[in-house]
Amino acid sequence: MSITISMMEIVREHMARVGLKGLKRLKVRVGELTAVEPRALSFCFEAYVKGTEFEGAALDIEEVPYLGRCTGCGEKFHMEGFLQLCPRCEGVHIEELSGTELEIVSMEAS
Amino acid sequence: MHDFTIKEKILSKNDELAGENRVLLRERGVYSINMVSSPGSGKTSVIEKTLEALKGKLEVAVIEGDLQTDLDAQRIKKHGVPVRQITTGKACHLDAHLVGGALDWLFSHPEVRLLIIENVGNMVCPAEYDLGEDAKVVVMSAPEGDDKPLKYPAIFHASDVLLINKTDLIPHTDFSMARARKNALAINPGLKIFETSCVTGEGIDAWVNYLTGEMMTVVP
Repeated sequence: MSITISMMEIVREHMARVGLKGLKRLKVRVGELTAVEPRALSFCFEAYVKGTEFEGAALDIEEVPYLGRCTGCGEKFHMEGFLQLCPRCEGVHIEELSGTELEIVSMEAS
Repeated sequence: MHDFTIKEKILSKNDELAGENRVLLRERGVYSINMVSSPGSGKTSVIEKTLEALKGKLEVAVIEGDLQTDLDAQRIKKHGVPVRQITTGKACHLDAHLVGGALDWLFSHPEVRLLIIENVGNMVCPAEYDLGEDAKVVVMSAPEGDDKPLKYPAIFHASDVLLINKTDLIPHTDFSMARARKNALAINPGLKIFETSCVTGEGIDAWVNYLTGEMMTVVP
């Protein structure tokens, strides 16, 4: 819930800055490795907007997979079970490419 | 209808406050650790053992985060170090704002070189909230099972140090230290691991030596 509150405070600030009132859609990215469960975020969002100026707004969550690149053989892969292990050469020196995002991407408002 | 690109981290405000805490702590020459774990893994006991080991050598202060009660703070107080309780009510984690609010208190003890922050017992949300600490220390106890890192990858990924605690209980469980280490390192190859028991004292010296060594490199 505190994640939702932080998120909506940012939205509120941005909307005030550009003088908009009606939020229609909010797009966020949530990495697979974060401690944020997308379904729980949706639930908190719905609970939060009810009775506020944001009521009726939709939340789009883009789930970002936890991807890595093996620094040994260059293989790009999905880190299954969050394990930093190259499926091709079994190397353990993995550069993280994505999966730790927790960010607001954009909003649609009038 | 307007479309706006925002591109902002959801926890940007917390990160900003954490950055301010980090600067203030550094200016005062205070090294800080954020201790996280599930409830009942023995965080408070590890802190008590750490305080005993450092007694007379280094001035330490403790911030205790709990949903309710100051029971942990009372335990720490017996060791004669400054301790501040933060009760979060229903929030399952400390955040940078709460810790920032305790810094004036901390700096009223100018002799303090090490700040130990005991987070609320929870292995989920504390992974996302930077408090401004120099290192995050995750504690798991042997009876919780050697698969804990696989179940809560975010917190093990975010941490710098892992204390595998209650090693004295291993004979009574099917816990495998080799599997626990393998699982933790698979999630985070950079994790520094110590095996500790607050009953036998195993590993406490190694942990405390490491901690003070790290501290000396950051705030000599």
